Amino acid sequence: MIAMFRSNAALETPAPAAGAQAAPAVDVHDVTVAYHRKPVLWDVDVALPRGRLIAIVGPNGAGKSTLLKAILGLVPLASGRVEILGRPLSQARSMIGYVPQRETVDWDFPVSALDVVLMGRYGRLSWCRRPRRADREAARGCLAQVGMGDFAGRQINQLSGGQQQRVFLARALAQDAAIYFMDEPLAGVDAATERAIIDILRSLRSAGRTVVAVHHDLQTVSEYFDHLVLLNMRVVAAGPIGSVYTTENLQQTYGGRLTILDEAAEALRRAGR
Amino acid sequence: MNNWSIGPIDAWIIATAICCNVACGLLGCFLVLRRMSLLGDAVSHAILPGLVIAFMLSNSRAMGPMLIGAMLVGLFTAFMIEALQRWGKVPEDASMGVVFTSLFALGVVLITRYAANVDLDPGCVLYGLIEFVPLDRISLLGHEIPRATVTLGFVLVVVVFLIAAFYKELTIVSFDPYLATTMGINAALVHYALMAAVAAATVAAFEAVGSILVVAMLIAPGATAHLLTDRLSRMLWIAAGVAVVSAVVGYMLAAHPRLNTSVAGMMSVVAGAQFALAVFFAPRHGYVSKLLHQVALSLRIAAEDILGMLYRWEEARRDAPLTRDQIVAAMAGGLTPRLALLRLLRGGHIESAVGAAVRLTESGRARAGSLVRTHRLWESYLAQHLGLPLDHVHEPAQRMEHFVTPRITEQLDAQLGAAQDPHGKEIPPAP
Repeated sequence: MIAMFRSNAALETPAPAAGAQAAPAVDVHDVTVAYHRKPVLWDVDVALPRGRLIAIVGPNGAGKSTLLKAILGLVPLASGRVEILGRPLSQARSMIGYVPQRETVDWDFPVSALDVVLMGRYGRLSWCRRPRRADREAARGCLAQVGMGDFAGRQINQLSGGQQQRVFLARALAQDAAIYFMDEPLAGVDAATERAIIDILRSLRSAGRTVVAVHHDLQTVSEYFDHLVLLNMRVVAAGPIGSVYTTENLQQTYGGRLTILDEAAEALRRAGR
Repeated sequence: MNNWSIGPIDAWIIATAICCNVACGLLGCFLVLRRMSLLGDAVSHAILPGLVIAFMLSNSRAMGPMLIGAMLVGLFTAFMIEALQRWGKVPEDASMGVVFTSLFALGVVLITRYAANVDLDPGCVLYGLIEFVPLDRISLLGHEIPRATVTLGFVLVVVVFLIAAFYKELTIVSFDPYLATTMGINAALVHYALMAAVAAATVAAFEAVGSILVVAMLIAPGATAHLLTDRLSRMLWIAAGVAVVSAVVGYMLAAHPRLNTSVAGMMSVVAGAQFALAVFFAPRHGYVSKLLHQVALSLRIAAEDILGMLYRWEEARRDAPLTRDQIVAAMAGGLTPRLALLRLLRGGHIESAVGAAVRLTESGRARAGSLVRTHRLWESYLAQHLGLPLDHVHEPAQRMEHFVTPRITEQLDAQLGAAQDPHGKEIPPAP
């Protein structure tokens, strides 16, 4: 599995120690984003290191997805700039893989699982060029990697939610990127899919790739990820998970909401089911 | 009846309609997939002022200026609808309705005020004059070909070329515009290119076939094809087929001496009829196939329930065998249990001796055993793992036994390792 990722050596990001002057995977400078004049992200300034599994965590409406979209140029920036591997986005597109939220696409669209994965190769095909046999083979390989090899010909709305998410992940693998951006890749998936996805993320990391994922589950964040960005309109804290994942930081991120949830959880426990 | 025949004149009309219908039908596939069918409708109406202004500026009805005028207004329409939505916070349907009715009305005002003396009349825009297509001919490569056929043939070629060349881009932008954008594919550009193509096809067609047919062809073939297939490439072929059938059958019907009606109108009706057929008879999404599927499912469930009943009857060692009437009565009567019994008899799962007594055959007993096994394993699982009380486990197990796969059954067995269900009945062994 890891060998497959290694196939494209040029994309391998060097380990952070290899060169202090190496640019971070993603460098976000003073970014502000507003919808209808209401700021959603306020003066976000954060550098994401290479070769890590990075979680963006925060309460609902904290701007997690918006931060991903701002990095990827999907929403206009009111101010600030973003660099990917030391380059502006327009020169870094071929190094980016993206997994949007599952709900953003129409699953009744008349395509098979394999067709969706093939879309991951479209970025490297110039116009008029149809995907070739090599692209199909690569797409099949990516489907097999996420355990969906038997579902290549399935229409996508005949897949379960977890299977759809795996297809999305396979499509990202087909992009063969240096940095992956994933919007809630574990939202609403079954336990088997969650394990499969985490395995894939880890092998991506072993191959030197960087993964930036919006994550919603505080219970699992320190188990699955090694770098954390706590976000609530602005960056509350960012860094290696060990130093950032503290009660104080979490409370600052979630405001009063964390304690309410805590109390609710405590109350449930006391009720003793 | 004897003058209902197809001559060269009719052939030209049909060929023209085919070019128009297929071009619109192919574009329509992408409109349908992008849930923008009505945007096609809106653009095709809103281009009217563009036509009038182009006519006023160029003082001719030449195709060039008309095309440019229509495409510009078409793009303006698409842009205004989106702008109202995004910045005016007007809902999509309202912004669409406001923009295209206003522009269409403006076109009507412009025509009556400035162009009343020429034959650019709104009625013709709507219904077209496809019957007169063969009269206006131009010479092309030594052949006299109707002007509209040449124009629409050209439009069809351009549309096919664009779809072939930008197939990837159209697909990915329609399915996942975010991903397309991150790859550097300009989703807005593709969107407006599609709108421009719709506007161009509309204006090329309006004089000959009228905008009613254009609107029908932008929606009906694509919507029909979407019901009939799960692959985009096949969807395009089917849409083209629906468009051709609409042209041919629509013309034949309209030309029938007993009907003798509007050609464009009849073609649209035929397209609508094909859509209606697809709604009812589509293999997977259709109403009839869903109904048949349901009937087949309830028959299967009834048959399995009968097998289970006979198995439990044998297990309890009742002396008198069950009769058909008893079984039907136990299943609350009706046609379903009778049909299910027939099916079991023909399948050799049960045999019916004299006096209508019913017994399981060897194969029926095996099938029944595995059903009862699944049922009792489920009951055990529900009682053990979910803590359901004993009087609550039968109902869910009764439903699940019809749907659980053998693999799940064996997993249950491995997890439970029980020989008896929670009621103390023996769990039949694996077959």
